[in-house]
Amino acid sequence: MTVSFDHVLVLAGALFIMGIVCVVVSRNLIMMLLGLEIMLNAASIALVGSALKWHHVEGQAIALFIMAVAATEVSIGLAMIVGFYRRVDSVDPQALEEPIEITNNKFQISNE
Amino acid sequence: MTLYSILFYILALVILASTAVAITRRDMVHAVIYLVVSFFGSALLFYLMGAPLLAALEIIIYAGAIMVLFLFIVMMIRVQPSIDSLLSRSQLVPAVATPSMLGQYFFQQHWVTVEIASLLLLVALVGAMIIGGSPTSGSPPEAEEES
Repeated sequence: MTVSFDHVLVLAGALFIMGIVCVVVSRNLIMMLLGLEIMLNAASIALVGSALKWHHVEGQAIALFIMAVAATEVSIGLAMIVGFYRRVDSVDPQALEEPIEITNNKFQISNE
Repeated sequence: MTLYSILFYILALVILASTAVAITRRDMVHAVIYLVVSFFGSALLFYLMGAPLLAALEIIIYAGAIMVLFLFIVMMIRVQPSIDSLLSRSQLVPAVATPSMLGQYFFQQHWVTVEIASLLLLVALVGAMIIGGSPTSGSPPEAEEES
């Protein structure tokens, strides 16, 4: 291999940081799930690079399991997002705070 | 600088640029399409790093299944009609493990884990059907129990 393993790790680390930024910054549940996908992809790139460096198949096997876990995670996560959207009518994670305030107001009004 | 390293750096640039563009888009359809480009780049990178089976599975699972699922949900939740173009390249290199080698290693050394992964996917299927199913689909069993 002519490309050093450090450069593969730099690529994977940069992708992982981009995924973290996407999860932390965005106010949209779908974009947060996309950030998780980016992070899993970065992990599998690092594993395949290590499989190439030490010429062992183990890294590729683990990368295959990462793909299975990613498919599972995205199907469950999107189902939960659809349920969230049906209940709150929004994909903003802060939208859950509003109905609680509304019910508190109603409770106060009924008390008065 | 051999051809191999030049291709590696080109692919790394494509992956980093398309991911950086994807996470800064406000339109979710654009973000998903740019991520498809990023996953195609990752698949070619896997092929370059000697994992042809993983390259094929990356295109089939990530760019094919997961991103189409994302697109489907984005279209279902909010209508935003817009489409961009894809990007692809390929190059032949010797592999660390050929697909048949990786498959044999996989089912000889990790067969328990393969079974666990299949169980995980089955649980995900049932869970997605229960969570994402319509609210009326859960009521008939209760009605039958009451009657």
